[in-house]
Amino acid sequence: MTKSSDSAPKSLFDKLWASHVVWHEEPQPALIYIDLHLVHEVTSPQAFEGLRLAGRKVRRPERTFGTIDHNVPTTKAERFNILDPIAAQQINTLRKNCADFGVHLADVGTAEQGVVHVIGPELGLTLPGKTIVCGDSHTSTHGAFGALAFGIGTSEVEHVLATQTLQQKRPKSMLVNVVGDLPKGVTAKDLALGIIHQIGTDGGTGYAIEYAGPAVRALSMEGRMTLCNLAIESGARSGMIAPDETTFAYLKGRTFAPKGEQWEKAVAYWRTLPSDPGAKFDRVVDFNAAALQPWVTWGTSPGMSAPITGSAPRPEDGKDEIEKLAIARALEYMGIASGQALTALSVDRVFVGSCTNGRLEDLRAAARVLKGHKVNPKVQMMVVPGSEIVKKLAENEGLDRIFLEAGAEWREPGCSMCLAMNPDVLKPGERCASTSNRNFEGRQGRGGRTHLVSPEMAAAAAVAGHFTDVRNWDYKE
Amino acid sequence: MQPMRTHRGQVIPLDRANVDTDQIIPKQFLKRIERTGYGPFLFNDWRYDAAGNPTPDFVLNQEPYKHGSILLAGKNFGCGSSREHAAWALTNYGVLVVIAPSFADIFHGNAANNGLLTVALPESVINELFAKVAAKPNYELTVNVENLTISDDSGWSTSFPLDSFRQHCLLNGLDQIGITLQKQQFISDYEARVPAY
Repeated sequence: MTKSSDSAPKSLFDKLWASHVVWHEEPQPALIYIDLHLVHEVTSPQAFEGLRLAGRKVRRPERTFGTIDHNVPTTKAERFNILDPIAAQQINTLRKNCADFGVHLADVGTAEQGVVHVIGPELGLTLPGKTIVCGDSHTSTHGAFGALAFGIGTSEVEHVLATQTLQQKRPKSMLVNVVGDLPKGVTAKDLALGIIHQIGTDGGTGYAIEYAGPAVRALSMEGRMTLCNLAIESGARSGMIAPDETTFAYLKGRTFAPKGEQWEKAVAYWRTLPSDPGAKFDRVVDFNAAALQPWVTWGTSPGMSAPITGSAPRPEDGKDEIEKLAIARALEYMGIASGQALTALSVDRVFVGSCTNGRLEDLRAAARVLKGHKVNPKVQMMVVPGSEIVKKLAENEGLDRIFLEAGAEWREPGCSMCLAMNPDVLKPGERCASTSNRNFEGRQGRGGRTHLVSPEMAAAAAVAGHFTDVRNWDYKE
Repeated sequence: MQPMRTHRGQVIPLDRANVDTDQIIPKQFLKRIERTGYGPFLFNDWRYDAAGNPTPDFVLNQEPYKHGSILLAGKNFGCGSSREHAAWALTNYGVLVVIAPSFADIFHGNAANNGLLTVALPESVINELFAKVAAKPNYELTVNVENLTISDDSGWSTSFPLDSFRQHCLLNGLDQIGITLQKQQFISDYEARVPAY
C-alpha cells in the first residue's frame, strides 16, 4: 500500500482505517481502535475465561454488547427449557460472563434479543464511521452502514475485551462497481451470489470490499446488509457501502443512535465518509446487474451457483483437474445428476431466516409470494425472524398469519438452521432451499443438501415443491 | 503460546481445495466452553460415518498419515466461519503446520494466535509435495521458522514467506494482549480525542 498525502482522494475504507489507528510502526501490525464489540455465546466463553485467568477486566464494557443467538431453540416450549445440557451451559456461561464483567446482554425473552447482525443495526448500535467486530464471520453485515466491520476469532475477542483494540495488518482495498439496475424479481441476495460467482470464494481474500454503483444505491438498508453479509463468502473479511440518506433515514430514532444535537453532528460527520472522486483501490471489479437472474447454488461452496434458468455443471466443464474433481464431489454430495436443470430439483425443506435474510423486508418478500398459496404437502417450511423486534413488526402487519395459513412454521428468533447448532437440523439426504449464507457439506445437518436462494425464491420453491423462477410467479395480492 | 523455531514432522496429504472450518470442526462440537479437547473431533464428518465408525478412505484414518503433524492441503484453506475451534482442533490433534497455496484471512489470524504455522507455497510446489507424499507415505518435512525454509531428507528445499512480526511472535511464543497492553497510553490518548458518536 502506497502512502497517500493528506490531500489525495481517499476511499471510504481509507477514511475508516485512518481514523482508527491508535499506534503503528512498521513492520508491526497497526493497533486499531474498536468502537463496538458484539459478543455471543459460542465464540466468547474461552475469551472471558482468558481474562479471568490473567486477572484482566473488560476495558470498555459500554462498547461491548452481548446476545444469545447461535444455540437458542426456536420453539417456545424449548426456549426456556433447553434439552441439550451443553448448549444450556454455554448460554448460562455468557449470562454469567456478562454479569461478572458488566456487559449489557440482550437475553432470551427480552425485546432486544436476536441474531447479532440483525440487532446491532436495528438497535442503532451499528453506525457509520465505526469499527465493529464480533466473533462471527458475518460481521461484514454492518459494513452496509459505512462501518469497517469484520469477524474475528476467540483470541481476538479476548484481545478486544482486554484492550478495546486489535492488532491488524491493513487489508488491500477492492471496489466492486455494480453497473446497471437489478431487473424485477432479482434481489440483493442474487446480486451477492452473482458477485461471488464472478470473483470466486477466495477472490476477496486479503481485501476490504466497497460495493458501489446505482444498483447498490437503490438497495434498501436490508438489501445492503444482505450484500455486505455475503462479502465473507467471497473471502473478504469486510464489505462496505457508503452511507447516504437511506442510511440516515434507517438510523434516525433507533434506541442507541445519537439524538438531538449529537445526531446532527454525527450526520455531518457521516456525510464526509463516502469515497472521494478519484480515490484509489488496489483492485476494481465491474459487475453487470442488468443481466442478473434469480440465482441458486447447486454445490457445496457459495461460488458453485447458477441462474435459475441454468443447470448444474458437468465435471468435464471444470477448467482443470482440481475443479473437475470438486464438481464431481459436490454433485455426488448434493445428489444431483451431471448437467441437471435446477428447476428439476425438488425440495424437502425451506428455511427463511438468518443474518443474511431474516429481516422484516425478507419476511415481507417471502409472505408476498406465499399469500393465497399453500406450501407443498411434501415440504416443511420454517420461517425464523432474525430478532424479537422483527418478529413483533412482522406480526403487527400480519405476516405470521400469511405464513401459518400457507402451512409454514412461524418460529422464535435465532440463527436456527443457518448453522443448525440448535435443534433445527436437516436429516441426511434432505434438500433445503435456504435463505442463509453457506451451503458447505453438513452445514445444516450431516448429509443435508443446502441450496442458497433469496427469500422470494425460497417461498416459491416451498409452494411448487421444486425450484422455480419467481419472476413468473402468480402473485395473489 | 508455545514458541516454534523448527519443526520436523510427517506430512498428512489432504488433496482438497476450499476446506472450510465447518469441515475442520463441525458445529456440534462448538458448544463446549473449553479451549482444549477438540482433537478427537477434527474433521469429524469426514473422519467418521454417521454411526461414529472411522471411514477407512479418509487420510486421518490411514497409516502412517494419522501420525503426521504437517497438513498439506489445497487452496483457500480455512474458509468460512470464524470459529477458532478450527485452529484448536488442529493443534489439539497435533498438527503444528499447515501448508497450502492460500489461506482464508480469519483462519490465518486464528492460526497465528495459537502457534499454528501457516505456510503458503505456489500451487506448483504444493502439487510437487503431493507427488512426493504419494511416492513415500511416511514423507517428512522440516520447517525452519528462523530462516523460513522447508526441506526434506533428500536435499529438496524451498523458502516460504512469513510476515516478520508473525515470525517474531512465533519464535518467542508472544502473547498479543501482553504486547498491546504495553501501549495502554496510546489507547487512552485515542479514547480522549474521539467524539462521542
